[in-house]
Amino acid sequence: MRDLQSRLVVAVRRYWYLLIIAALILAWLVGKYREMPLLFWQFTVDGIRLGFVYALIALGYTMVYGIVRLINFAHGDVFMVGAYTAFYATTRYQWGFLPAMALAIVVCTFLAVVIERMAYKPLRDAPRIAALITAVGVSFFLEYFTALDFVFTPNFINYTPLPLTVTTWRVRGVTISNIMLLIIAVTMVCMFVLWFIVYRTKLGKAMRAVAWDKDTARLMGINVDMVITATFAIGSALAAIGGVLYVVTYPQIRTFLGVMPGLKAFIAAVFGGIGSIPGAFIGSLVIGMVEILAQGYLSSPMRDAIVFSVLIIVLLYRPTGLFGEASKEKA
Amino acid sequence: MGRSKFRLLGQSWLFWVAVILVFLAAQWVLMPRLTEFRRTAWVMFPSIMAIICLGLNFIYGFNGQFSLGQWGFYAIGAYASAVMTYRLKDQFTYPIEGLVFNTPPLLQRLIPLEQIDLFHFDLGQSGLLLAATLFGALLAAVISLGFGYIVLLRLGSDYFGIATLGFTVIVQTLLINSDRVIPETKGARGMVGIPQLTSFFWAFVFLVLAIVVIRNVLYSSVGRAVVSVREDELAARAMGIDTLKYKTIAFVIGSFFAGLAGALYAHLYAFLSPIYFGFVKSFDPMIIIVFGGLGNLTGTLLATFIWAITLEGMRIWLPQGFEAWRFVVYPIVLLLMMLLRPQGLMGKLELGFLRAPKWPQRATSKAEAPTAEARRETPEPQEAVQ
Amino acid sequence: MSQDTAQGPVVLDVQGLAKNFGGRLTTQGYEGGLWAVRDFDMTVSEGELVGLIGPNGAGKTTVFNMISGLISVTDGVVTFQDQSLVGKRPHAITQAGIGRTFQNIRLFPQLTVLDNVRIALHPHCGYGLLHSVWQGGRFATCEREVTEQAQDLLAIFDLQDRQDEIGSSLPYGEQRRLEIARALAAEPKLLLLDEPAAGMNPQEVHALMDLIQFIREKFDLTIVLIEHQMRVVMGICEWITVMDFGQVIARGTADDVSNDPKVIEAYLGRQGRGVGSS
Repeated sequence: MRDLQSRLVVAVRRYWYLLIIAALILAWLVGKYREMPLLFWQFTVDGIRLGFVYALIALGYTMVYGIVRLINFAHGDVFMVGAYTAFYATTRYQWGFLPAMALAIVVCTFLAVVIERMAYKPLRDAPRIAALITAVGVSFFLEYFTALDFVFTPNFINYTPLPLTVTTWRVRGVTISNIMLLIIAVTMVCMFVLWFIVYRTKLGKAMRAVAWDKDTARLMGINVDMVITATFAIGSALAAIGGVLYVVTYPQIRTFLGVMPGLKAFIAAVFGGIGSIPGAFIGSLVIGMVEILAQGYLSSPMRDAIVFSVLIIVLLYRPTGLFGEASKEKA
Repeated sequence: MGRSKFRLLGQSWLFWVAVILVFLAAQWVLMPRLTEFRRTAWVMFPSIMAIICLGLNFIYGFNGQFSLGQWGFYAIGAYASAVMTYRLKDQFTYPIEGLVFNTPPLLQRLIPLEQIDLFHFDLGQSGLLLAATLFGALLAAVISLGFGYIVLLRLGSDYFGIATLGFTVIVQTLLINSDRVIPETKGARGMVGIPQLTSFFWAFVFLVLAIVVIRNVLYSSVGRAVVSVREDELAARAMGIDTLKYKTIAFVIGSFFAGLAGALYAHLYAFLSPIYFGFVKSFDPMIIIVFGGLGNLTGTLLATFIWAITLEGMRIWLPQGFEAWRFVVYPIVLLLMMLLRPQGLMGKLELGFLRAPKWPQRATSKAEAPTAEARRETPEPQEAVQ
Repeated sequence: MSQDTAQGPVVLDVQGLAKNFGGRLTTQGYEGGLWAVRDFDMTVSEGELVGLIGPNGAGKTTVFNMISGLISVTDGVVTFQDQSLVGKRPHAITQAGIGRTFQNIRLFPQLTVLDNVRIALHPHCGYGLLHSVWQGGRFATCEREVTEQAQDLLAIFDLQDRQDEIGSSLPYGEQRRLEIARALAAEPKLLLLDEPAAGMNPQEVHALMDLIQFIREKFDLTIVLIEHQMRVVMGICEWITVMDFGQVIARGTADDVSNDPKVIEAYLGRQGRGVGSS
């Protein structure tokens, strides 16, 4: 207890100006709440919903980075493919919602495995920039290939009819929809499954080992290639689910759909500490909240600028993100 | 005897004569043979792109700092200079008639023009362009100094890259909303009415300037310090190099040229849209320099022109109705390039005056320090020879 | 603790140096974490050649890193020629007159031998950004001076024929010499050598010993040496500081130290014998 107390004292001495700023922001938020409590709660609810969707995408980024130190820029586009798959399955072929989601998962997982084997694996030992440029290339390819007329077309598409009937309720004045509950439920299930895989199965143990030290893991008899591919697959499955849920919430699809959410989810993963799974989740919630609050209270068009400014400021003080490895001093 | 001592910006008179000849050849022999569209897309645009890519290569290829922020400085340079010329365009005209003469019959095969205009330009407008370009470049440099110093102080490599990415997005968002503060920019609708002042002359001049300046800095003590940061930052610090200072210098220089290029770009197409300056396009310079070879000036130049011409050229070469495929072919080529030759087109090889200057060995006294080889040659134990 | 024979003005004075990794800062000081170095004292006088030894992980390189500024100092005082070094940035410390080499040779891998040395001469080069661009007379003169200085230095170490080769392509022994040459380019007063004999065969080691004494004479240096090879330490060091678990356990001449039971215990465990002989 004494220890905690003295740590607090030191933290306050060092970061007093930050605390003042935080207090001001808190006071402002409280003011906004008092002004229009319903609006505040509505924003909170929307922010959480958005945060959960970002979390599904961010997990994929963080897992892949943790295991191969690659920022998979194509991840956002896999998300887009998942969305399109579900869309075509339900509207053109009259599939149900759940089967459509399952199909999206299958398609995206398959796509991710193909990408990993063909584009990323050969560059595993090449300089990191080559792998990064390759990821960018894959991203461009997915965006433009799907925009071709015979694939998905470059047009904006409205997702009607939605595969679910949307029902909304007003709870104490705040609008909540069944979609939002679905998002929260699905995401929590996914997080649980992910936790289970990573911490309670052999595959998960192998994943953690490879993330720690790839070569030693190989020497211990782990099939590193399999593990890496599995990681990509799991991440993409999550992205597929995220894609389906996203277009059900914001029913407008286009081939560049994945760019901004992908970027924001990536930012969320960095914010929470890239490579850390709880970090990706918490980071996504925070980024989702900041985005909705900024959009609602400050300025809708400046929303992205505010989100990125917040990111940069946080990075300046905690360069490795909230849950990232503390910066090591080199010997 | 002996070589002439004339040096301008470190290069001999021969070099500058060659530069002038290249300019004349391009202006009179090449350009007249190209359509207006191709002149812009195949010669002038790549020249401008090359400037920003050289700057980025300086920051990333030579200094080792991964930055996606140059695109943001490109935007700043573009808009800043555009606003300036938009407001002043009618106040500065001073046409100069220059010399007009008929092409001598001997040269008519080579120069497909009937008349040659020499020194026919508008002094006022050219001066305006020059001023606006410098304004854009300096503004970019100043902002980069502030941003770069604060961020470089705290963040290394990957995270620095992410912060610069954030910078580009922030700049774009601000530009989309800029019409509230500067109505001429018309925000997201795009700015029109920019005088089309970029001529081949200016694009060429600034490109040559960028090449020579960056090459000169590179092959100097400052350049060596900059490169040492990339090689081994810790060792560089231990050898007395203030790595923060040189990272900032590299960042500012690269951003200066990005702003410069942006100003030229704005006055080339006479239209600016913030959508162009977004996250997706911000990878273009990075792709180009990796394609040409990181840390390689020749590669950057080649790669920029190949990239621009191929991307545009595909519009022509691909069969009718397949033009959209060029954006599919492009990433495929990129992927193949990374798989087959990750070190880029030129790898480490530089050409011509872009090569590092060689210093001849000096005839000095024999080695004094005791070495293992020397010991082996003299089997008996001996004292250290002084 | 002072030595018996103080030879001249004190060049480096380290008192109470300490380094904590990973502990949390509280109002009572650091809690937890690992004390890599604690209560480290060392005083070096001008022109001395002293050794710093100890088992692996004893904290020797950490001491070097703190002196040269690459790692922050948790506690203690480091004084170099009457200037305090604590809190100074590494490049400022080097420019003040301390040079060093590294345990795992840290050359600039893709640069030529000549450039490796010329970089160390940069702080003394005499021109800045403006002249780099303009490249007029001042540039030409300074470049020639810097290059000639570098070439002279390389010649002393018999590396002049290699000047245009890439540093990392040199054989190991020559890389070591290059690293030392580079450290000397900055004209240091104090040179910190971190395991210079690592990976060398006995012949090379003997040549290194000669080399170290040679550079001490020629460049008028004070040298502190970390080394595991006892032959080197016992052979050339005038006096030795021994560390274990971050603290000084013994100090003295080679003879004193090799018979000190604490030192023997540190290296060989409780039942060990005398530590190597020259």
